Amino acid sequence: MPNLGQIFVHFSPELILLIGALVILAYDLVVRGRDALQPWIALITLAAAAAATIGLYGDAATIFEATFNLGSAAQPEIVTVREGVFISDGFTHFFRLISAVSAALVILSGMTYMRERTPFKGEFYMFVILSALAMNLMAGANDLIMIALSIEFLSITSYILTAFLKDDDKSIEGGLKYFLYGSITSAAMLFGLTYLYGVAGTTSLPDLAAVIARPESELVSGLDILVLPALMFVLAGVGFKLAIVPFHQWSPEAYEGAPTPVTSFLSVGPKAAGFAVLIRLFAAVHGSESISTAWLGILAALAGVTMVVGNLAALRQSNVKRLMAYSSIAQAGYMLVGIAAFFGASLSGIDALGSVLYYILAYVFTNIGAFAVIIAVENASGSSEISAFDGLAQRSPMLAVSLVILFLGLLGIPPLAGFFAKFAVFSAAVTSGMTGLAIVGVLTGVIAAAYYFAVVKAMFMHQPAEGAGPIRPAPTLTFVIVLSLVMTFVIGIGVQPFLDLANAAAAVVLPAASAVVNGH
Amino acid sequence: MEGYLLTLITFLPLIGMVIVMSLRDDKAIKTWALIWSLIPLALSILLWFAYDTAAGGLQFEYLAHWIPSVGINYHVGVDGFSVPLIFLTCLLTTISLWYSNDVIHDRVKEYYALFLLLQVGMLGVFVSLDLFMFYVFFEIGLVPMYFLIGIWGGPRREYAAIKFFLYTLAGSVLMLLALIAVAFNTGSFSLVRGSMTSAVIDAAAIPFAANPTGTAAIMAFLGFLIAMLIKVPSFPFHTWLPDAHTEAPTAGSIILAGVLLKLGTYGLVRVVMPLFPGAFSALAVPIGFLAFTSIVYGALVAMAQWDFKKLIAYSSVNHMGYITLGLVAAVAAVHAAEGEALSPEALVALSEARQAAIDGAVLQMFTHGIITGALFLLVGLIYDNRTHERDFRKLGGGLWRTVPRYGTFLIVAAFASLGLPGLAGFVSEFLVFNGAFRVSIAGNPELLILTALSVLGILFTAAFILWKIIQLLLLGPQNEAWLDTPDLKRHEMGMLIPLVAFMLLFGLYPRPILEFIHPASASLLETMEIDSAHSADELSSDSDTTETQP
Repeated sequence: MPNLGQIFVHFSPELILLIGALVILAYDLVVRGRDALQPWIALITLAAAAAATIGLYGDAATIFEATFNLGSAAQPEIVTVREGVFISDGFTHFFRLISAVSAALVILSGMTYMRERTPFKGEFYMFVILSALAMNLMAGANDLIMIALSIEFLSITSYILTAFLKDDDKSIEGGLKYFLYGSITSAAMLFGLTYLYGVAGTTSLPDLAAVIARPESELVSGLDILVLPALMFVLAGVGFKLAIVPFHQWSPEAYEGAPTPVTSFLSVGPKAAGFAVLIRLFAAVHGSESISTAWLGILAALAGVTMVVGNLAALRQSNVKRLMAYSSIAQAGYMLVGIAAFFGASLSGIDALGSVLYYILAYVFTNIGAFAVIIAVENASGSSEISAFDGLAQRSPMLAVSLVILFLGLLGIPPLAGFFAKFAVFSAAVTSGMTGLAIVGVLTGVIAAAYYFAVVKAMFMHQPAEGAGPIRPAPTLTFVIVLSLVMTFVIGIGVQPFLDLANAAAAVVLPAASAVVNGH
Repeated sequence: MEGYLLTLITFLPLIGMVIVMSLRDDKAIKTWALIWSLIPLALSILLWFAYDTAAGGLQFEYLAHWIPSVGINYHVGVDGFSVPLIFLTCLLTTISLWYSNDVIHDRVKEYYALFLLLQVGMLGVFVSLDLFMFYVFFEIGLVPMYFLIGIWGGPRREYAAIKFFLYTLAGSVLMLLALIAVAFNTGSFSLVRGSMTSAVIDAAAIPFAANPTGTAAIMAFLGFLIAMLIKVPSFPFHTWLPDAHTEAPTAGSIILAGVLLKLGTYGLVRVVMPLFPGAFSALAVPIGFLAFTSIVYGALVAMAQWDFKKLIAYSSVNHMGYITLGLVAAVAAVHAAEGEALSPEALVALSEARQAAIDGAVLQMFTHGIITGALFLLVGLIYDNRTHERDFRKLGGGLWRTVPRYGTFLIVAAFASLGLPGLAGFVSEFLVFNGAFRVSIAGNPELLILTALSVLGILFTAAFILWKIIQLLLLGPQNEAWLDTPDLKRHEMGMLIPLVAFMLLFGLYPRPILEFIHPASASLLETMEIDSAHSADELSSDSDTTETQP
């Protein structure tokens, strides 16, 4: 039983986020509407949380050894907050960094946008910070109840952020649709969790894993058959966060209606956290062969349908935010391929799960970068229709070139980050014997080229509208775009350290038995 | 220094791109891009002379670990196949940039930056000795070409550009999966396989060696093959080419026909043949049928065109078909007569025939690049700044009298394209047919039929070149409309002279280039072991029968 001091240390990123959110709220009350220090407090909070996370990876001096070396990072240090509810291990650290980085980039890209559109300055930043906190809790959730609570936490902050522009009908509509859909899937998920508890007699994930890994005969007779439907109900709740087909219908409206920085956040943050939960949950049930076989089929089917529906629906969009909504549905499908491969993995699951984590890493920077360009265009023209991008190459060459590169990254053109991400995911699929799924994946990728290039065509081959001058994005927005571009290249070309980081995080989460040393 | 030469050649255009992006003045951009392109050209000439043809094999190798946990290396090196193609790439790039200086006035900076990026992609493919790298460079070229067609192209440019992009992307993504399958099967991404030797890495096993014609092997093979055949392009994957060519700006067409199509056939000799000799051999006849169709159908469709540029575009389908045919002949199985094994002498003759077919195919890559590059340049010279007309019926005739220098260059290039002896096109086509006939006569009746019918392609090519280009355009009754057309200027002849010089040189004396190709063909045949495996089967079945008889 760790002492209180240890708990504070291992829970420090979350505590920092909580304190930061409260400080912003208090500051906002005191200086109501006078200046704009709130975003900077938020950024400092996120930086501190990220620093605390890096500190937790090991001594700050040996951070690289700790993160990039499978051996040392592979020993999880379990900290009991309320007996096994939350776990602070390498996997949690990975997602803590993802949530801090994505929240920070979203805040930087949203500062000018939000200032122009709403008088409520502090709340936006507070809710982004609280969302980051919720994501951290999801990533570290080691208990069914914690999973349910943290998902609900993230959902509530997301509903509020989506409907943040109170005077905008679309924002309200998106928020409401999101809320209604979320309530139903949450109920389904809770229902499924009760079944899991009924079968296993525990809410703790490690205990659940132990129960499920037992030979089937030892399970309470007649109840084991409930595990599969129970997990499917849970998947409804998580799938809603991931926006995978068929739990995706809320996302185009929510994405279109939400303030664009929030859309940017929704397309990255909840998705990443959802995958964290999914991975923890599936790692726990990975021990049972019958469950694995069943999930292999279900996940492969879901991944295939998600990629096909997401990409085909994106083709018909004339609004870039809706287009990006469907594109991010499709992207979740590619990540799901890696999860499916994990169940089919013949060697070890590290490569498969590592590929998903690498994918998420690449996706965070690329997608937020693309949204930053969209925000810049929307700030200038007030519209996110594709026609607003006409002639961007002549108005602001740097924005146009940036968006092309980021789109190519999402598309998976080498040598950008998205390419190796797709390569890794499909490698996992092919080596797990799911070549058919991989073929569906790469061919739907060609469809994706068609809609990304619809925007590219508007930017480079159409003439700008009358009187449309050059766009000068705010310095913070420029910073986000440049950083995303740099990271898209750095992650894509200097693959190894990032792949090691992802694999190390993946290795931690696997049950000891299957966490054999990486095949290579 | 030696190890860095290829890296330098490949990435110098990237530095050129940065320089171009940093300049403001259009004239300065044009000058700098052209001058900068001379550096890789000079280095590629240096490479040509520094490569030791007597030693052969892979040279100028350099290896660094790129993604070690997955086994992906940065591995560059050249052999006799790649050295001429690297030179071709640099030469055509310089000529294209030179030509573009006269005709590109709009969005100059973007144009030159993209062109130099395109060059990186092309050179990268020719120096890669790692499958992953090969794929990366194979894809890099797509994006700049899309923009070159889509921004500076003709009236239907947007459609042509996206069609080109989607078509070739569809081909290459399947190759990505095939590549993963190969790496999974052999644990290596290396292109150094079987009996090939490298100074820096041990040769990896040939994938699916245990069952070269099993389902997995055939699927992986088809993944690579379709990607390459789309790029070549071979019938029935050729439909992107006429659109792309017709709409592309002249310099884009030169590069597209001159180099980008070669990425497909180069992929066949560099990747498909060493990795999948068994599967290629098993499917040789169906692929040969595609080659035959490309040859005859391409020539017939070219004959039906009235647009000068479209005619040249379709003639490329025809000419690239010869390359595929030659490579098919190199792997096609040969069955000895009933109950007899091939004699050692016959095996030697067979191997020589196969080698001739490969020699011809690879030489055709170079000669087609030179000839079609020149032809597209000539189309551009008459269309872009002079007549703005490409229809033979309106452009001809009597053009030779109006613009005699232009006519002379066009006649040489046209005759080279139809395969007139004494010009480069003849040598390569002769070698392909020579090899293909000898292989098929040794014991492959299906291939014999295909080869014999493919000869018709030469006939049709001669017909449309003589009819459309020579008779309608250059000769015939004087067309009064173009009497004021100025003849070629001195610098325009400067662009054409190197190309025509190579047509004459390699037409009369192909030895300097065959010195490169011939040993590489021999080593490719050795890696593939087509006939030795075959004769080993035959031998073992013989020994079985002798054992069971008593």
